[in-house]
Amino acid sequence: MDNLNSLLDGFAAILTPGNLLIALIGVTIGTAVGMLPGLGTAMAIALLLPITYGMEPTQAFIMFGGIFYGGMYGGSTTAILLNTPGQSSSVVTVLEGFKMAKNGRGGQALATAAIGSFVAGTIATVALVFVTPITVDFAIGLGAPEYFAIMVLALVATASVLGSSRIRGFASLLVGLVIGTIGIDAVTGQQRLTYGMPELANGIDIVVVAVGAFAVGEALWTAARRRNGKDEIVPVGRVWMGRGDWRRSWGPWLRGSALGFPFGAVPAGGAEVPTFLSYVTERRLSKHKSEFGNGAIEGVAGPEAANNASAAGTLVPMLALGLPCNATAAVMLAAFQTYGIQPGPLLFEQESALVWTLIAGLFVGNAMLLVLNMPLIPVWVKLLRIPKPYLFAGILFFASMGAYATSGQAFELYVLLALGLLGLGMRRFGIPMLPMIVGVILGPMAERQARMSLQLSGGDLSGLVGGPVAWTVYGIIAVIALWPLAMLVRRRAVRDREAVAAG
Amino acid sequence: MTGAEHEATANGAAEDAAAADGDAAAAVPKRDLAQLWVCAFLAVLGVLVIVDAARLGGFSASNDPIGPKPVPIILGVLLFAVAAFYAIDALRGGHGEDGGAHAGERFDVRTVALLCAVFVANALLIDWLGWVISGSLLFWGAAIVLGSRRYFLTLAAAVVLGLATFYGFAIGLGLGLPAGVLQGIL
Repeated sequence: MDNLNSLLDGFAAILTPGNLLIALIGVTIGTAVGMLPGLGTAMAIALLLPITYGMEPTQAFIMFGGIFYGGMYGGSTTAILLNTPGQSSSVVTVLEGFKMAKNGRGGQALATAAIGSFVAGTIATVALVFVTPITVDFAIGLGAPEYFAIMVLALVATASVLGSSRIRGFASLLVGLVIGTIGIDAVTGQQRLTYGMPELANGIDIVVVAVGAFAVGEALWTAARRRNGKDEIVPVGRVWMGRGDWRRSWGPWLRGSALGFPFGAVPAGGAEVPTFLSYVTERRLSKHKSEFGNGAIEGVAGPEAANNASAAGTLVPMLALGLPCNATAAVMLAAFQTYGIQPGPLLFEQESALVWTLIAGLFVGNAMLLVLNMPLIPVWVKLLRIPKPYLFAGILFFASMGAYATSGQAFELYVLLALGLLGLGMRRFGIPMLPMIVGVILGPMAERQARMSLQLSGGDLSGLVGGPVAWTVYGIIAVIALWPLAMLVRRRAVRDREAVAAG
Repeated sequence: MTGAEHEATANGAAEDAAAADGDAAAAVPKRDLAQLWVCAFLAVLGVLVIVDAARLGGFSASNDPIGPKPVPIILGVLLFAVAAFYAIDALRGGHGEDGGAHAGERFDVRTVALLCAVFVANALLIDWLGWVISGSLLFWGAAIVLGSRRYFLTLAAAVVLGLATFYGFAIGLGLGLPAGVLQGIL
């Protein structure tokens, strides 16, 4: 009951005209940036972070909550109308969504995505209210070795479970860890990897990393492929759903939410697996199996709900453990840190008002999005018609402004360009971006926990292993690490058996 | 910084390689050897990390038994390992998330270089000319490089954006943007 009272207080805090306006600005910017191909919510928050330095933390987080949900609405629109998944979690939406748009049912696809996102967002946020305090109770008993183990799990899992190629995931992760190491070592005060550049002593800001890799990288990537054809935008009709569409959508929405949230709440569960599972489930349960592959509404409704629910789920480890498992959570964590707030089990005690306002902000932003976006989607679609030169010139303009403002030094702009080139290379070679972003923020945290554990054990390496929780987590890491090996052995065995059978 | 230079050269050279075996790529569509530049980048990064770690004093204190040294050394070793496995994967025809969709694609180095030049110009000029002028030049230059041909309209849009962001964010929200030569005028 305590939590519900706190949540009501959060609602009371948010329902002032000023805060509602900030939430409105947040959802608007979130939708706009989420729609732009290749950018997404993490970048929207990263870009806005310097701008919010002048605001109260509460207001800044109301805005971030709006951007968070707004970005997901925007992403699904791009996936359905442009046939380009903005992020790997909307890959499945593209399958049926774009087909529906081509068949002239774009309006229905967008509507089921928008309402599904609202339903899933609401269910997942309610789940967040109940699950996070339980996680906090569990986390409060954890010591440095356990934290270290969980962080290693998050790092290994982001690099190897998500995405299609482990080796590229690990390459991306290592680059992120190296970037995170740059700067003055927090314990001894020694400079690492600065190579004599005083500007690097404070390390590279996560904002600069995210904006550089996503925004500048995307602009350079567009430049590199300037003559490689154009994107095709499918026109939308009116955004509405008939009775038949409703009947076919509500089941997938609920099942998608139920699949998505747990995956999001587990460190590095991600949105890819639940969206795919939801798609497969809906195809199996559907009475219109033949429509799958040609634009079945269930194939949009389910995965979109799963996507949103899992995104809300990632806030559980972020708030309760201080553990970011997607790029957006990583940037939000950085935002907490700039305000001198450390997410983790103590957050709910120390910054109770702030957290509950943030959660209330998620509810409000979600509702605003539904009211705003259903009638306004055709207007948003016009955003996709901005000519690319202006769009990317504008993105570079705002990226430079944000990066410069993080420290007021032109040096940040060179770092931004360097990371943009890195992002360009990663796009060219299909290397996932997420492990790098998570590595930058989680790497230094993991190192601090490891050194703290060793300090407690007096330098004895057994101090890293700790109690049963740490053992369990290392067991999971071992399974993840050995899984491909097991599959290889199995495949070999099958092949041998076939060879024997053939011989 | 150094890392970026390597990446930049890697990209430039990767383009050459891709152009050189454009025909070969058509014949053997499964291998994208430009990926070896990524391995080279990872290996060079590994060298940089280890060289820097070797320089660190390996002292330990009672409150910090291992010191700042082990983590970069572990990272360096892992970078070499990943570079090696990546190279094997690339040689065996492995692809990234895009399934190697961009392997044989034309890579427009000239536009990328010009865009970088515009970007660097902003970095060089921002403290002297101030955000309004350098930011406007950035927008204008980037739009032209990316293919806009309406020079005056773009310039007008750029100046409006520069002024609007300066008044809105720097003066309105207290964001640290420099006024530069226009100090006192704005």
